[in-house]
Amino acid sequence: MDLNWSGAEEAFRDEARTWLEANVPRPSLPSGDTAAGFAAHLDWERTLHDAGWAVVSWPRAYGGRDASLWEWLIFEEEYYRVGAPQRVTQNGIFLLAPSIFEFGSPAQQDHYLPRMSAAVDLWCQGWSEPNAGSDLAAVRSRATRDDDAGGWVLSGQKTWTTRGAFCNYLFGLFRSDPESERHRGLTYFMVPLDADGVTVRGFGRLDGDEGFAEVFLDDVFIPDDDGTPATMERGGILGEVDRGWGVAMSTASSERGLTLRSPGRFQATASRLVDLARQRSSDGQLTELLADRVTEAWIAAEAYALYTLSDVTDIAEGRSPGARSSYNKLFWSELDVRLHEVALELLGPDAELVGPWTTGYQFALSGPIYAGTNEIQRNIVAERVLGLPRK
Amino acid sequence: MRFALTDEQQEFRDAVRSLLADTCAPDDVRAAWADATLAGGGPGGGDGRVRRAWSALGEMGVLGLCVPEDHGGLGGTDEDLVPLLIEVGRAGLPDPVSSTAGVVVAALRDHAAPGVAATWLPRVAGGEVAIGVGFEGAGTVPAAASLDAFLLSDRDELHLVERTGVELEPLETVDGARHLARVRWTPSEATLLAGGTDDLREGFGPVNETFDRAALGAAAVLAGLSRRMLDMAVQYAGERQQFGVPIGSFQAIKHQLADASLAVEFAEPLVLRAANSLALGDPGAPAHVSMAKAAISDAADGAARASLQVHGAIGYTVEYDLHLYMKRAWALAVRHGDAAFHRKRVRTAVLGV
Repeated sequence: MDLNWSGAEEAFRDEARTWLEANVPRPSLPSGDTAAGFAAHLDWERTLHDAGWAVVSWPRAYGGRDASLWEWLIFEEEYYRVGAPQRVTQNGIFLLAPSIFEFGSPAQQDHYLPRMSAAVDLWCQGWSEPNAGSDLAAVRSRATRDDDAGGWVLSGQKTWTTRGAFCNYLFGLFRSDPESERHRGLTYFMVPLDADGVTVRGFGRLDGDEGFAEVFLDDVFIPDDDGTPATMERGGILGEVDRGWGVAMSTASSERGLTLRSPGRFQATASRLVDLARQRSSDGQLTELLADRVTEAWIAAEAYALYTLSDVTDIAEGRSPGARSSYNKLFWSELDVRLHEVALELLGPDAELVGPWTTGYQFALSGPIYAGTNEIQRNIVAERVLGLPRK
Repeated sequence: MRFALTDEQQEFRDAVRSLLADTCAPDDVRAAWADATLAGGGPGGGDGRVRRAWSALGEMGVLGLCVPEDHGGLGGTDEDLVPLLIEVGRAGLPDPVSSTAGVVVAALRDHAAPGVAATWLPRVAGGEVAIGVGFEGAGTVPAAASLDAFLLSDRDELHLVERTGVELEPLETVDGARHLARVRWTPSEATLLAGGTDDLREGFGPVNETFDRAALGAAAVLAGLSRRMLDMAVQYAGERQQFGVPIGSFQAIKHQLADASLAVEFAEPLVLRAANSLALGDPGAPAHVSMAKAAISDAADGAARASLQVHGAIGYTVEYDLHLYMKRAWALAVRHGDAAFHRKRVRTAVLGV
């Protein structure tokens, strides 16, 4: 066990901190889940990219700096510590990209990854449908083969697509074998949202932002990928036809696990919670009970950070966390709710006012729902980690 | 940065796990109880010890793990010992492994006069002595009547008192394998092991360090007990049929066990980190120990509760093994500071109030 950072890692931290402190926009940007805010966030994404900070752990050829996972963790810590903007590119860089690295052809990697890190292609997720939420294998959107035209025709409806109204590409699952059921016969498609037959309708989330969208696909043609940018710009298939479930599960494990939810995010929230508690204490408003609740939440944030260190150690040494990523998702999503709940208790009657904690609280409440509800995660932990019978 | 056990530590842990599976089976734990009826079987008349497991641990080098090599030990650290204490918990071994091999060894090694250390450390490494630890206030020590000596605190002094120097008042405990006693003794020059401190850092010094190490030991044992109870519950839920299916197929059961194991899963890294901090004398060690003890005390209570509920009525009997581990978990969750006590220490460190 060695819980110290190396000299090189500390130097990396200094470099990241110095750059972030000099470049993070002040005052902070409007929400990236509104049209105006999204545009401002895109400028920030391009600033990050131009300085080489957009995707630190990716190869240089794709816009990264070949940083280790440890350095990625450090970067995330600094990113959240300084209060930098939310990443409107996150569904691409944290969810789709790991699957492209794993399943994409070299031509797909060369085409999609640099455009993604440069925030040229902005990706949203097209998994859920009106009748396929937790039961993702129930997707009904179809992909029909058109041999004459040399491609696939997509039809159906996707929903709860975060930032769908602002993105220009969607990745999602479509039923390519009409005879198939459940998780067989699905194909993982990448779809340009400006293609003929695509209609996107944004709608308000709990917090009022137009962060959600439904995406209607009405005979949308995706040409066969001949390895040229011209066809890849018009979409394509990731992995093999009818084998999309496995690709989607690799994405799901990224979403549930650590790549999307770095500990830095919760440690930063826990620090702000401690600041708020100190302020209450100096106003003589901090009760014993609340002080205890703050401490409990702080300890949980520490536990999450340490758990992540052991995950990264495992990954660095070639051991896969596998279904344990469901533990991870359960813990961070509930931790995030708890940190905000305690903050609202500290705020007392001010907790009905619009502000960072109430906004954050509403956002945190989505955590136990998205990326596979926590009920589904508990099933996964029970069946695949503990070994309880499926039925 | 590397947050995982070394291969060597894992091998040692696996060896201890299998050794204790052989030498400390549920009926061995039962035999450590004084009252066979309360234990749910066994011969009765136990004194809180499982001697074949204790001597096997001695032979394997576990008791001398942290004893410096020139005193006949392996020169290990808290980080090496804590994974083994988790195994002690998994087996439900009631013996004073944490106090003897962890707490007392460190006090002798780090704070005793060379002559005192040279007298006691080789005897610990040789498995010849069992030593308990008690602090002012509670003043209680488990398996007390079986011990050779006691490490006891008096204000900022540590004293090492032999069996003949104490009077024991036996206490009745829920876990009949505890054999807890209140220790009465009189501090003297002769018993003084270390007094005062040159270490002016808040929360350090011999007594504080000894308390932290005792709390960490309890935390590690609790992690193992939690795993044991959850393993039993998972196994039972996979076998027990109702409504024509294993009860473990019901979500009400799955979600309880998922939640209980989640808490243990995330408390354990706090325990391992605290071991690392204590071994290195890290200034954060006292807070790290308290985070670990607070989290695992709550997680162990939760694991006990969920495991009992999942077992239903069979778990509510003394003939069934679950109570042996559950009652130990209840005891250790409040020993050397309960969750609220330790959260208060963390709160002082983090909030400054």
